[in-house]
Amino acid sequence: MSASAGARRWRAQLEEAVLPAVVALLIAALVGDVLIIVYGQSPGEVYRALLEGTWGNAYGLGQVLYKTTTLTFTGLSVAIGLRAGLFNIGAESQLAAGGFAAGVLGTLLPPGLPALLVLPLFIVAAAIGGGAVGGAAGVLKSKWGAHEVITTIMLNFIVLALLNYLTVAHFKVFDTLHTADVRSGALPRLSALIPPFHGSAANMVLFLALAVVAVAWWYLFRSRAGYELRAVGLQPGAAEYGGVNVPGVWWRAMLISGAVAGIGGLNFVLGYKHYYEDGFSTGAGFLGIAVALVGRNNPVGVVLAALLFGTLSQGGLAVNALVPKQMVDVLQAVVIIAVVTSVPEVRRVLRSARRRGGPEA
Amino acid sequence: MMFLAFLSQTIRIAMPYLFASAGGVLSERSGLIGLGLEGYMLSGAFCAALGSYYSHSPWIGLAAGLAGGTVFAALYGLCSVRYKGDQVVVGVAINLLAVGITRFFLRFAFGSSSNSPRVPGFSVAETGSGLLALAHDPMIWMGALAMPVVGWVLYRTPFGLRVRAVGEHPGAALSVGIPVARVRWLAVLLSGAIAGMGGAYLALDQHQFTDQMTAGRGFIALAAIIFGRWDPPRVGLACLLFAAAETFQIRLQGASAVPAQFVEMIPYVLTIVALAGVVGRAVPPAALGKTDE
Amino acid sequence: MTAPDGTTPPTPDGAPPLAVSLRGIDMSFGPVRANRGASLDVARGEIHALVGENGAGKSTLMRVLSGMYAPDAGTMTVNGRDVTGWSTAQAIDAGVGMVHQHFMLVPTLTVAENVVLGREITAAGRLDRRGAERAVAELGERTGLVVAPGRLVSELSVGEAQRVEILKTLYRGARILILDEPTAVLSPPEVDELWRVLTHMRDTGDTIILITHKLDEVMAVSNTVTVMRRGATVGRVATRDTSPAELARLMVGRDVVLAGDAAAAPQHSIRAERRAALDVRELTVADARKTHAVDGVSFAVEPGEILGIAGVEGNGQTELVEALAGLREVSAGAVLLHGRDVTRQSVRARGDAGLSHIPEDRQLRGLVLDYSIADNLILGQQHRFSRRGAVDAAHVLENARRQIERFDIRPADPAAPARALSGGNQQKIVIAREMGRDFTVLLAAQPTRGVDVGAIEFIHAQLRNARAEGKAILLVSADLTEVLALSDRVAVMYGGRFAAVLPRAEATKEVLGAYMTGASGRAA
Repeated sequence: MSASAGARRWRAQLEEAVLPAVVALLIAALVGDVLIIVYGQSPGEVYRALLEGTWGNAYGLGQVLYKTTTLTFTGLSVAIGLRAGLFNIGAESQLAAGGFAAGVLGTLLPPGLPALLVLPLFIVAAAIGGGAVGGAAGVLKSKWGAHEVITTIMLNFIVLALLNYLTVAHFKVFDTLHTADVRSGALPRLSALIPPFHGSAANMVLFLALAVVAVAWWYLFRSRAGYELRAVGLQPGAAEYGGVNVPGVWWRAMLISGAVAGIGGLNFVLGYKHYYEDGFSTGAGFLGIAVALVGRNNPVGVVLAALLFGTLSQGGLAVNALVPKQMVDVLQAVVIIAVVTSVPEVRRVLRSARRRGGPEA
Repeated sequence: MMFLAFLSQTIRIAMPYLFASAGGVLSERSGLIGLGLEGYMLSGAFCAALGSYYSHSPWIGLAAGLAGGTVFAALYGLCSVRYKGDQVVVGVAINLLAVGITRFFLRFAFGSSSNSPRVPGFSVAETGSGLLALAHDPMIWMGALAMPVVGWVLYRTPFGLRVRAVGEHPGAALSVGIPVARVRWLAVLLSGAIAGMGGAYLALDQHQFTDQMTAGRGFIALAAIIFGRWDPPRVGLACLLFAAAETFQIRLQGASAVPAQFVEMIPYVLTIVALAGVVGRAVPPAALGKTDE
Repeated sequence: MTAPDGTTPPTPDGAPPLAVSLRGIDMSFGPVRANRGASLDVARGEIHALVGENGAGKSTLMRVLSGMYAPDAGTMTVNGRDVTGWSTAQAIDAGVGMVHQHFMLVPTLTVAENVVLGREITAAGRLDRRGAERAVAELGERTGLVVAPGRLVSELSVGEAQRVEILKTLYRGARILILDEPTAVLSPPEVDELWRVLTHMRDTGDTIILITHKLDEVMAVSNTVTVMRRGATVGRVATRDTSPAELARLMVGRDVVLAGDAAAAPQHSIRAERRAALDVRELTVADARKTHAVDGVSFAVEPGEILGIAGVEGNGQTELVEALAGLREVSAGAVLLHGRDVTRQSVRARGDAGLSHIPEDRQLRGLVLDYSIADNLILGQQHRFSRRGAVDAAHVLENARRQIERFDIRPADPAAPARALSGGNQQKIVIAREMGRDFTVLLAAQPTRGVDVGAIEFIHAQLRNARAEGKAILLVSADLTEVLALSDRVAVMYGGRFAAVLPRAEATKEVLGAYMTGASGRAA
């Protein structure tokens, strides 16, 4: 009885997780059709071009994986916050701050150190950069009750302006908006392992992302701190009763959330350009909200959702010859709106269907 | 003379803030977070440019901008009031959607990925930068009136009383027979219309639409709302304060001891300070962001 | 009219016409029958008290009258007109207004704005502020409900806020006013003021229905009393013909004794140590309104003893238990566990010192509803089930299997989410967690609320066993039968203090009822 109940629960959870995403994709495709037809093109052709330009060849796939990597970090960052009941809108600037810290560290290290040896240093630097921003929002909430949605939005602007100042005034290479190349620690591209990826930006940080996903999964679902963090997110009153220091969990969750977004900066700094460039994070933080939402705040779901949004982002370039690549921006927004409004709706329908279907829900 | 030039520039910079935060106050006081203001403005700006371009009339452009903002606010209302989707997520998505749609149709309508062609605007001759030139632009008058009108509606009309009640304690409003959802719908549609006018001002003032031309002004408006504690007169002053700081920075470019980026931060830092309650805490409407009751 | 214990309700024939007449009202919420054939006759121009214990169905009956619920059966007439199943709006239009226990006021609006909200006075489309303030001031003058119309509601005292609530209903033309537990939140002078206003209103022809369980109030202001018990009307008497003792007897009843009670008479186990396990000294706890929810309470519970706290809810029991558990700040006094001062210690430290706590609200505090049974069974103990930062899954599962079997939790599936369980099984998780581990002192707040009879018996047996094993138990329950069935001593809480502490032998329902309703023993 237990086994079948478990299986049924599994299926129900899966349906509730996957169906809204499917519904959302259908709605997005419909909106896409309308835009494409308005533009005088054939939807079939555009979607074929989108698939061919992303999953149809190694270069496209490499680009998808590069974008997926950053989105995995920002999506995971938002998801960790939401598990604690906090909405981190600041992944955008946390990502940038992490990248900046790594970029600066790279210019300070002696040249020629082995990448694997200094990688931990870069991870720590990026985590501190992003974590400081997230943690600030966390402390503002824990100590003074300032709502994290507003403070993280405001911190986005403050931090991006600050980084812009620091870059321009102190760290840039003349006539550019980026720092000097890192002297040690640059990571190889994925093409070093799999040659067909040649030319694409996908790099070894992809594996770091997967490792962080695994650690985050363990932290959320297997560690005591994660047990307490999720309890705070679900029912703060019960967590308090269970001896959990709720404000303490708040700031720690924001710190971790920011740190994860910050580590995402390595994808650009160590894996792709090998320097920090002002404005490199544009949009990835906000898309992280979408990734967390579609991935249902589950680390594995986040990876799949990041893959979806990574594909769409890259797909814009693939269809640009036929329709404006901005069509994809529209589709991404439509997916978010459709998911957030259909999740309660789909769950209601599914649950009432199950009640009719069987004696046990 | 220096001072007058400073004043007129401040007023021009403050216009979009005044429109957007006037609309935003209405929405937030009814319990709906004004996270989509940026999107309403961007849509308003694009529609205004489009309308003005094809009709050769800035008035038609203004009407189109107003409609453009309203449509996006209606989408927000549909998702958050009708379907009770999370307001923060919907707000963020509305902004992304506005960026995408305006870019798509910018290329579709004008074949450009950066800006529209020159469109007719209100400003009469470009002569002199004095206050007199401003007085010829009807939108300046509208912008100056937007906040007082919203304040008047909020504090002096039955509808405003209901908006305040619904945003603070929807249960109490419901118990005396006030249709909470309908009040919120009306508030959010009006907020979209007014913020859309702010976008229209940008496009008509600059005689063109450029990609992402709102550049975070919707968020500065949101900051002004919080810093002004959701109270129209104070929000209006916050808009002027933020605009004056910006003017100051532009005027002193290079000559200042304070880097421009730090002046840019002022609105956001002040907002956090206000929220954290360092000098008297800013308390949002109690039901802000909670539509599922 | 039903009068099961023979009280003949005086039918008001020939007397002034009835303002309200409810007959045979049935009202169910799912499986819960809140009203079963309840009746009520209220004459015009009287203050009519509707009394009964918690859960007797008083508030439900009045919500039916005010149009919030449509009854499943029965008829309603107001001023001779059949109004069965009307809406709130119709009730308001017909002059029936209800003042709820929890105020429905917008704190950021002024008094006048709150009063006119939804029925605004306008002049040329504008809000006529002055007109509204004048209307409120006039209404206040006429009725004695004086509140400055221009003040913000957030600045008002509770008594003033209540006046605004009454003004709201009067402004809407109410001539039949229902007040649900109006004095629960008032200070004594405010209560006197309220009585003055209500009697004045009665004298000018209004009809007032007063829901209460405080018998001193009933005797002080009402003309007629209707008593409800378990959803039904059990008596209707003129106030001058009755006594608090008779009313208490009607309210509590004598035919409701749980099976097994006789055996429950305290068999004092041998107390190895006489030192108190839980020692509370002059404990004072402030509530949100800065008044003292718990006001200098002292007591001790010894090993092998159950101290029961009876009392009508809202007299400080919740705050007392939360303060003892470490969930609420103590403003003065001390809490000692086995002689050790834990007043400033965290929830976890108290737990480690041997304190277990069955919270009164399992849905809000006692369980994380979306967690599995297994995960809920370690809540508060998570540090004991962890090794080097990781939750020891095998240990958690093994614990769950053991507790599920020992406490017969169903379904017997450790992975099932708590949300999917019945109320009784949810409570068993809490009981299993708090009593299935090492503890010496147990705070049991409403341990059987909302659970079925079988589970009640089971939980009572667990509490008795724990006592036999020498645990010290503080039992707080709104169910007098439960308190009497389990306790060695019974304290009655009234107005944040212990009105009395009695040995079990002296604690009868009649005596406790009198203390609970404030009819005797003002303070300890």
